[in-house]
Amino acid sequence: MSRIKTLFQEKKNILSIYFTAGYPELNDTVRIAEALEKSGADLLEIGFPYSDPVADGPVIQASSKQSLDQGMDLKLLFEQLKSLREKVSIPVLLMGYVNPMLQFGVENFCNACVEVGVDGCIVPDLPMVEYEEFYQDIFESRGLSNIFLVTPQTSPERIRKIDGLSNGFIYLLSSSATTGQSLQVSENTESYFARIADLKLNNPLMIGFGINSKETFDKACQYANGGIIGSAFVKALEPADLEGSIQRFMLKFKS
Amino acid sequence: MSYFVNEKGYYGDFGGAYIPEMLYPNVEELRQNYLKIIEDESFQQEFHQLLKDYVGRPSPLYLAKRLSQKYKANIFLKREDLNHTGAHKINNTIGQILLAERLGKKRIIAETGAGQHGVATATVCALRGLECVVYMGEVDIKRQAPNVARMKMLGAKVVPATSGSKTLKDATNEAMRDWINNPVDTHYIIGSVVGPHPYPDMVAIFQSIISEETKKQLLEQTGNDQPDYVLACVGGGSNAMGMFYHFVDDEKVKLVAVEAGGKGVDSGFSAATTYLGKEGVLHGSRSILMQTDDGQVVEPHSVSAGLDYPGIGPQHAHLFKTGRGQYVSVTDDESLQAGLLLTQMEGIIPAIESAHALAYLEKMTFTGQENVVVCLSGRGDKDMDTYMKYFGL
Repeated sequence: MSRIKTLFQEKKNILSIYFTAGYPELNDTVRIAEALEKSGADLLEIGFPYSDPVADGPVIQASSKQSLDQGMDLKLLFEQLKSLREKVSIPVLLMGYVNPMLQFGVENFCNACVEVGVDGCIVPDLPMVEYEEFYQDIFESRGLSNIFLVTPQTSPERIRKIDGLSNGFIYLLSSSATTGQSLQVSENTESYFARIADLKLNNPLMIGFGINSKETFDKACQYANGGIIGSAFVKALEPADLEGSIQRFMLKFKS
Repeated sequence: MSYFVNEKGYYGDFGGAYIPEMLYPNVEELRQNYLKIIEDESFQQEFHQLLKDYVGRPSPLYLAKRLSQKYKANIFLKREDLNHTGAHKINNTIGQILLAERLGKKRIIAETGAGQHGVATATVCALRGLECVVYMGEVDIKRQAPNVARMKMLGAKVVPATSGSKTLKDATNEAMRDWINNPVDTHYIIGSVVGPHPYPDMVAIFQSIISEETKKQLLEQTGNDQPDYVLACVGGGSNAMGMFYHFVDDEKVKLVAVEAGGKGVDSGFSAATTYLGKEGVLHGSRSILMQTDDGQVVEPHSVSAGLDYPGIGPQHAHLFKTGRGQYVSVTDDESLQAGLLLTQMEGIIPAIESAHALAYLEKMTFTGQENVVVCLSGRGDKDMDTYMKYFGL
C-alpha cells in the first residue's frame, strides 16, 4: 500500500507541512524534511519554485524568488532528493506550478519522483481536463498521487468529479485566497466544511490556507483528516538555527 | 484549418485555461456566458452606440501620402490613436464593462503596462460608476507618470506591483491574485488577448472592430477590401488580433506582427517572444513565452512599456506556428526613429508601441502597387519623455 494511503488509515489529525525547496539555503531541502519528521510532521509538501506563483502570497513568493536566485531548478531538486529516503520515511509530495513541470517533461518528472521516493504532486494550475486527457495514465501507472484543490466556490458536481480523479486526499481550501492569510472561521466557513463532510467523499480531506496556530489547526482537524501549514512555517525558518526553529514551531501544534 | 478557438478553448496546440481552482468559478462563469451576452441584441446596440458616441468610432483609415511615396506602396494608417483615451484599448474595456454589468459584478480590476489599458479601464469604470483597481509595475509607474495621474483623476486606485521585474507580467500576477481573493463580486478586465480561455477570444472579438471597419474603408477608398499586407505591433497582441481578425481566413492578405526586439534580439534585452521563446504556460494559457530551460519566465526588455511582456496570446502562437502570420521584430532604436519619421512626415506622433509596426516598413520591399495597412494603435503623448530624452529635444 502507498505511504499516503497507509498514513490516512492509521492516523487522525494529520499535520502536513509545506516548505520551499532551496530555502533559506540552497542545500537545506532534505535537512528541513528530516527535521520536520523528527518534530512530528506526518506529511511533507516540498515546493519547487516558480518565477510567477500567482496563487501565492508574499511569504511564498519571497521564498520562491530567493530559492531561484540561489540556483534552484528541478534538476538540482531531484539531485538533492536522492538522499531523501535514507533520512525520511513519511509521505512526501512535490508542489509547484505547471510550466517548470512541462519543460522538464511530465513523464521525466514522474519518473524522477518515483526514483527518489516522492509519493505524488500538487500542481494548482494544471487543469483537471488536461490531467485527465494527457497525464492521468502517466501518474497512475507509476503509483503517484495527484492532489486537487477544492474551494468554497467549487460546485458539488465538480467536487465529485475531483473525488473520482483523486487517489490520495483532497486539498480543501479554507477560503478562496492566495496563501499566507489567517483563517477566519466564520459561520460560512463552518457550513462549507460541514457541506463537504456531508458529501461522504471517497478520499480523505486536508484543510489548508490560513492555518497558523493551534486553534486553526484544531479547527481543521474537527472537519477534516488534518491540516496543512505553509506560509506560517516558511516565515518561522531561521537560517542560523534551522533545526531549533523547526522544533520550536512544531511544538506549538503538538502540545 | 481553423485559426479561431475550438470548443475546448484551444487554437491548435495553444490556449486552454491553466488556472488554479480558486479562479475556476469566475472563468467558467465567463466561458458559459460571454458569447450569449455578446451576441445579444441589446448588448450589440449599447456596445456600438458607445463606440460611436463615446469612443469616436469609426476611427479613420488615413492614406499617408508622404510615407507612401517614401516606401513606394499605398500606406494606410488605421487611426486607433484618435480614439477616446488615445489607443485601441478602449474598444475592449467598453465591451468588458458592459459584460461585467450583465454578470452583476460591482468591482473591476485590471493590469496595465504602458498605462493605456489602465486608463481605458478607469475611464469605463468612471463612465459606469464602478469601483476600479489597476495593478501596474513599479518601473512602469515611473516611466508612464502621465497615465498614472490620469487613472487617479478618473477615480481608480493604482496599486504598484513590486515583485519580479516590476513590469506588465508582474502587474498581471498581482491582478490574478486579487481576483483569487475576491472571487464573487469582481470582474478582471484583461487588456490583451492573453489569459485563460475565453479571454483571448473575447478580447479579440471586441478588438475585431478594427479590421471590420478597415475592410469597409478600404473598399470605399480603393474599391477593394483586400489589402496586400496588414501590420501591427505585438506585446500580448490585442491590437494585432483586432487588425488581423477579419483577414485571418483570407490567405491572400499577409499578416505581419512586429515584436519588440529591444536592444537586439540576441542582446539579452529583448521582448521578441517568437524568436526567443518556447512553448509553455503563462498567465493561464499555453502559448509561446520567454523562459529558461527550467521553465522560469525570463524578464523581457523593451523601450515600450506596452510591449514589455514575455509572452504572446495563444492565437498569435497558433498563427506563428502554422506560418499564417509573419512574426518579426525591430529594435528600440529603429522604433524611436520610425516614431520621429512619422511625426515629421505626417504630423502624427505615434505611441512607441505603434512605432514598432511602422519601423518594419523600412525592411519591406514594395513594387509601388501594394495596399498596406498599419495599425496605428496609440498616440505618443504618454511617450514624450522617452522621445525627448532619446532625441535630445
